[in-house]
Amino acid sequence: MKDMQISRRAVLAGTAASALGVSALPARAEVNWKKYAGTKLEVILAKGPRGDNLQKYIKEFTDLTGIQVESEQIPEQQQRQKAVIELASGKPSFDLIHLSYHVQKRQFEKAGWLADISGYMKDPNLTAPDLVESDFSAAGLSYAKNDKGQLLSLPWSVDYFILYYNKEIFAKAGVQVPKTLDEMNDLAAKLTDEKAGIHGYVGRGLKNANMTLWTNYFLNYGGEFLDAKGNILTDGPEAIEATKSYVRSNKSSPPGVAGFNWMESLASFAQGRAAMWIDGVGWAPGVENPNSSRVVGKVGYAMVPAGPKGQYSATYGDGIGIAAASKNKEAAYLLCQWVVSKKQGARLLQAGGGVPFRNSILNDEETRKGVTLPQEWLQSVIGAAKISKLGLPVIIPVAEFRDLVGAAVTATLSGADPATELRKAHEQFRPILERSEKA
Amino acid sequence: MRVEPAHDEFNGRSMTDSTQDQTELRPPTYWPFVLPALIVVLAIIVFPWLFTIWMSLNEWKVGSPTAFVGLANYLRLPNDPRFVEAVWHTLVYTLLSVALPLAFGTLAAVVFHQKFPLRGFLRGLFIMPMMATPVAIALVWTMMFHPQLGVLNYLLSLVGLPAQLWVFHPATVIPSLVLVETWQWTPLVMLIVLGGLAALPTEPYESALIDGATFWQMFRYITLPLITPFLFIAAMIRMIDAVKSFDIIFAITQGGPGSASETINLYLYSVAFVYYDIGYGSAIAVVFFAIIVALAAVMLHLRQRMHWNEAGGGA
Repeated sequence: MKDMQISRRAVLAGTAASALGVSALPARAEVNWKKYAGTKLEVILAKGPRGDNLQKYIKEFTDLTGIQVESEQIPEQQQRQKAVIELASGKPSFDLIHLSYHVQKRQFEKAGWLADISGYMKDPNLTAPDLVESDFSAAGLSYAKNDKGQLLSLPWSVDYFILYYNKEIFAKAGVQVPKTLDEMNDLAAKLTDEKAGIHGYVGRGLKNANMTLWTNYFLNYGGEFLDAKGNILTDGPEAIEATKSYVRSNKSSPPGVAGFNWMESLASFAQGRAAMWIDGVGWAPGVENPNSSRVVGKVGYAMVPAGPKGQYSATYGDGIGIAAASKNKEAAYLLCQWVVSKKQGARLLQAGGGVPFRNSILNDEETRKGVTLPQEWLQSVIGAAKISKLGLPVIIPVAEFRDLVGAAVTATLSGADPATELRKAHEQFRPILERSEKA
Repeated sequence: MRVEPAHDEFNGRSMTDSTQDQTELRPPTYWPFVLPALIVVLAIIVFPWLFTIWMSLNEWKVGSPTAFVGLANYLRLPNDPRFVEAVWHTLVYTLLSVALPLAFGTLAAVVFHQKFPLRGFLRGLFIMPMMATPVAIALVWTMMFHPQLGVLNYLLSLVGLPAQLWVFHPATVIPSLVLVETWQWTPLVMLIVLGGLAALPTEPYESALIDGATFWQMFRYITLPLITPFLFIAAMIRMIDAVKSFDIIFAITQGGPGSASETINLYLYSVAFVYYDIGYGSAIAVVFFAIIVALAAVMLHLRQRMHWNEAGGGA
């Protein structure tokens, strides 16, 4: 699959902008980038490196198409709220929306808020020849398509969970990178030195936020979120065993981990106070930044250790879609395309601001060379892509799920019984899920 | 009613004329002035309230069609453990956030009422926390609370006390949040009480001194009863502020760990704007409003009774 991509890319690159290219693909029409010159588009972005990357280079898009783009970045949670309220009103103020798949996919599909762009993708007048569905990773496509197979957005950036470790602490103790979660838990206990203020492990313990970490355990213990009938399965034996393992990891965590989000975890790790940390690939620029980190150059990157039932990296992602109510859908599609273009994707990857869903970008040698973060980081990203699995259930009440099961998991950190807590959360969550699907 | 004299002056009529014409003239002159205010009040206070009550009677999820469900949303409340816990958290949080600033604020006021060098400067310094933005304060305190890297545990270690988990443990999270609230709002209580102290007569103190009263006796039997009305005002303002406190809790813990610091306000926010369950969220808002009104009514009643006693005593 990947080889095929590379060869297609190579062929296209070799023939780019030449008469040969046109004659080799006689059926292909050129994209008329200037068709919507003078149009004005509004984009609502979640604050972060993806938004920065768009805003920084947007002039290039305007030069290419003559389309004016107004964009605003809003902190993630507020952006989600604003978008949902505006979309529900039927008259959103924006044409394009930056969406979090792992939170909004099902909600947006069910409400029909996004325009179907399957047709545009097949139209050679609108889509550059190098943009093909098969170039996106499987996780990206499953995020972007609804159950009818319609493409409702373009996958923009993926977030895999990986294991960060402190090479200095590892070298001092003379230990190797753990291969399994059990090994990791043993190692974490071994590396903990309370007197020196060093802990073997750190990770999110805060309700809701902890779910993105917990699912790494859950998936590796063989857990599935939903059964064939759509019932939630987070109180089964896999979930209980996964939670026990998660609790064991956190026994070697800094005090107060039950209130830690990624920020506190990052702080512990970057200050050299934690030997291992499992979180998204996107924090690497933070731990490699000499202004805020004491572990620059000492960080190792590896894949999330395997569980008894396999090795998966919980995956989250965001995409860019067009509001169904937009009056400038085709112009907006040109922007979507530019956002996930090879050039923009390469810039994103090289700055460590995100990982494009497109294999052709990840596999491009030139792009890889330009990556400013350690090559080991890039290798862990590529490795994680191969074992990626969606990190949250695709349901409407994702936020309630994260809050309720997350609170149960947090409670187990202070000694509550995993089976009891998970069952309690399950009892509370089930009617919410049923109501959401009925509505 | 107050419009009348102005109207009379404007027309240059005597009072007797105006009384005769009153019934005929009032509607055309009176209503145009009242109307704008009435429209504004109806639009921004009455209508949203009626609409909230209406929404609370519907099953209303953003993105789904709405349906009238009567009191179903209200019936969900007592069976919702998160809501019941949130009520409890709100009451504990409010009680502590009223009592502590009140005690410390009164103490600070008594201290700052004395004359000592640099008093003005120190008073200014003392009221600084009150002027800061809650979210900015919250972010600074979050780092100070950090069990490993925060300055609070470092300070404790200097005096040989064990490290605490502060906002990172369910048992200590509410007291820790109250600490921030107390730090920020003690100055307000101090200002109010200081105003009260400045207005006190000096005679009772002089006679108390002649009678040989101690400082504590003067405070307990003269100062405290005399500043009680001011304390009531301070308590009322603090109560209203504390019960609807959102920014500090949201920015520091988001209601966590687990839901250990989730107050009604935070839960209401989650339900309405994170879960998009507008109907249920509205029902919580209505109940929350009823709780605030009830608390305020209790305070007002106590104050009223106190005034009555005062008047009775004076007569």
